[in-house]
Amino acid sequence: MSGVLSRAWLLTDTPSSRTQAAWSRRYRAWLQLRTNGLAMAGLVTVAIMIVASLAAPLLAWQDPTAQDLAGRLAPPSAAHWFGTDELGRDIYSRILYGGRITLGMVVAVVLLVAPLGLAVGSIAGYLGGFADRVLMRVTDVFLAFPRLVLALAFVAALKPGITSAIIAIALTAWPPYARLARADTLTIRGSDFIAAVRLTGASSGRIILRHIVPLCLSSVIVRVTLDMSGIILTAAALGFLGMGAQPPTPEWGTMIASSRSFILEQWWVPTIPGIAIFVASLAFNLLGDGMRDVLDPRQR
Amino acid sequence: MLVELRNLRIQFPTPTGLSEAVRSVSLTLGQEKLGIVGESGSGKSLTARSILRLLPSNAVVSAERLTFDGIDVLSANESTLRRIRGARAGLILQDPKFSLNPVMTAGNQIAEAWRIHRGGSRKLAEQAAIDLLAQVQIRDPKRVAGAYPHELSGGMGQRVMIAMMLAPDPELLIADEPTSALDATVQAEILRLIEDLVSRRGMGLILISHDLPLVSHFCDRVVVMYAGRVVEEVAASELINARHPYTRGLLECLPTLSHRKRRLQVMQRDPSWLDA
Amino acid sequence: MLASSFASIPITLFGLILVTFLIGRVMPIDPVIAIAGDHAPPDVVAAIRERLGLDKPLYVQFGIYLRDLLHGDLGHSVMTSHPVTEDIARFFPATFELATTAIIIAIIIGIPLGVLAAQRQGSRFDHVVRVVSLAGQSIPVFVLGLVCLLVFYVKLGIAPGTGQIDVEYEGLVPRVTGMLVVDAMIAGDWDSFWNALAHLAQPALVLAYFSMAYITRMTRAFMIESLSGEYIITARAKGLSATRILWRHAFGNISVRLVTVLALAYAGLLEGAVITETVFSWPGLGLYLTVSLLNADMNAVLGATLVVGLIYLVLNLMADLLYRLLDPRVA
Repeated sequence: MSGVLSRAWLLTDTPSSRTQAAWSRRYRAWLQLRTNGLAMAGLVTVAIMIVASLAAPLLAWQDPTAQDLAGRLAPPSAAHWFGTDELGRDIYSRILYGGRITLGMVVAVVLLVAPLGLAVGSIAGYLGGFADRVLMRVTDVFLAFPRLVLALAFVAALKPGITSAIIAIALTAWPPYARLARADTLTIRGSDFIAAVRLTGASSGRIILRHIVPLCLSSVIVRVTLDMSGIILTAAALGFLGMGAQPPTPEWGTMIASSRSFILEQWWVPTIPGIAIFVASLAFNLLGDGMRDVLDPRQR
Repeated sequence: MLVELRNLRIQFPTPTGLSEAVRSVSLTLGQEKLGIVGESGSGKSLTARSILRLLPSNAVVSAERLTFDGIDVLSANESTLRRIRGARAGLILQDPKFSLNPVMTAGNQIAEAWRIHRGGSRKLAEQAAIDLLAQVQIRDPKRVAGAYPHELSGGMGQRVMIAMMLAPDPELLIADEPTSALDATVQAEILRLIEDLVSRRGMGLILISHDLPLVSHFCDRVVVMYAGRVVEEVAASELINARHPYTRGLLECLPTLSHRKRRLQVMQRDPSWLDA
Repeated sequence: MLASSFASIPITLFGLILVTFLIGRVMPIDPVIAIAGDHAPPDVVAAIRERLGLDKPLYVQFGIYLRDLLHGDLGHSVMTSHPVTEDIARFFPATFELATTAIIIAIIIGIPLGVLAAQRQGSRFDHVVRVVSLAGQSIPVFVLGLVCLLVFYVKLGIAPGTGQIDVEYEGLVPRVTGMLVVDAMIAGDWDSFWNALAHLAQPALVLAYFSMAYITRMTRAFMIESLSGEYIITARAKGLSATRILWRHAFGNISVRLVTVLALAYAGLLEGAVITETVFSWPGLGLYLTVSLLNADMNAVLGATLVVGLIYLVLNLMADLLYRLLDPRVA
């Protein structure tokens, strides 16, 4: 009898319980993901980012808001690993705290967007008819705007800042999830097991929540991971345009905006946050690509 | 001798090493009709396609001898192969829904085959295409020439395939399950058409199928494959006297109207057949 | 089938207008305060409110908004004191020039790259193409723009700086289309032409890179799918050359879907243009939008958003239409 969670238990061809089957499936997906070198690089980078952001207070030994006008725009040195910005603040610490903000924004957006998109999509797909048409029209309207432009308009109407940016990005990011969930739901809706559950008297709500939504999850997860890079870029763009996080908050896009004029001589000041954005975005893209190949190859 | 295969071996890489799909197959073909019979996974398609080296790119092929009309196919370069493919040997696939190009008209696809190997102007090729469509017994060749594959029925699609492959006037035709995707009534028509055209043009034919009686009816010789090996090679007329237990099993589990049986036989697979 | 996609336009359009209106009127910022300032006396505030029609109920306001819209009136820009429609008409050509140049470059480079990468799937070439595309989707536009300015303008000195044309040449070319390069050609002013072209190069190339990343990725994905089709085996069996199979057969099968991708890529360029214009001080719609934002000029912001949304809608529609028209299977 092989131990629980041992390799043999996970790879068995004859699972004896639903839990074992589920874990077996996850383990196999993990093994397949592991063969993809680029995806692994993405995963490791993302993991490092998360750890660094959570541990920012420990890793950043200098106060990211501490100004030192005498030592401003200093090149990288032992004291300041990434140099100092236009107000003499330590860029390294600001990058770390900036990572917190970026990841925080991304997580906030995803937490808003994924459930909303799933709900709208699965309800529309399952109920069909009038509800479907109405919900899809609403989705279409939001899809009709280019993401950044609509986000800018929203942020302008609300007040520029991190919260507005999060809401604005979320409002423009949810439609594709609704579409995805609806497409999945339409595929599942006609299955025999759904008919069976209906025959036992389950309400629509219960069917959607307990039977349909879990099956839509894998494509949504893939989309979320791929979308994260887009969210990071949009958040940074908002920051760069002065519409997102406001100075002195060390958001990466905002940092670039305020140090833009120093690109000529002290090029590292705006460039290093740029590299940070690039690395974060690329890591999520690589990871998302890998996850898509494993979980949902249909999605392009 | 049109085709000569000796000890053909085809392997595919898998996460657990190389898996053998075709192991040590040998056969020869002259100007005759050869049938290759076997179930899915027996390696019959791969064997036939290896003659034209039309295998998936990850296939590992080796053979003592693999020649077409004396030309060594295994070591030939792309341009030599391209002179064999189409011009000297044609391949018909199973389902015209997938094997015909969906965004080219039937006429264009046939004309292309004609022009590549025979040259000539576009108009000439278009006319030749219509002629060929008439030869494969399509009643309204002009309309079909201008039609797209999704507008044609299965039977018509296969006729288009046949016309396309016969356009360059090859010496050999390989038909890989040409009727498996068709209705029973159309199947016989298509096979008779193939047989007729092949005989009239003096071509060799390799007919691949899982349908034993069908193959025995239309071919001169029959080769039976199982698990990547040839287990029996016999003249079509001698099929009822086949000796290998697999072939006998295939023959015996066929329902027949002439000999009444209480129960249909079920094939009993002997693992020793894998090593034969 | 075509009818249904046409039928959805008015609804989506209406939704667009409604959303834009709501952003402008319902969101917390009080436009009156924006005009009058925090310390204006109450009767001035009331007068402004009445003049702007903000004292009426919401649905009446929306009706007025719609009516104005149908007359082509998007309000006045607080910043430029011109009608917004006039401003947009003045700034749009520069964006059009930039976006069109970018998409042409992206198509010429991106499609062959995607096709060849698919043909050589798994090879080193393919990996390089994939990484380059992926990088193009991960790097922020403004970072690339700034880096390019730094490298090519500052350090290497081979590219001109920001703006559409050097200061010395400004105003020399009479405005015909609004696109400086074209206007310079029309006027026969070759010095201005080359200068304008040099200025166009950097932002266009930066934008082109992003478009190209998307186009290459989709082309490659479509081609890989196409190359695995049975009809490719048939084509090989016919003895056709590899080039012919690749372009006439495999590419021919995806060209329709690719048109849709190209329309979407062009629409995506509008977004990219917003940031690129900010970095390169390119006097287009994007720059107008961002400057209006910084000045809290809501009329301008909403007007520009509506116009961009409209263009986006039209492009998406065209993509859909072209697909239905060109694909023989959907005919």
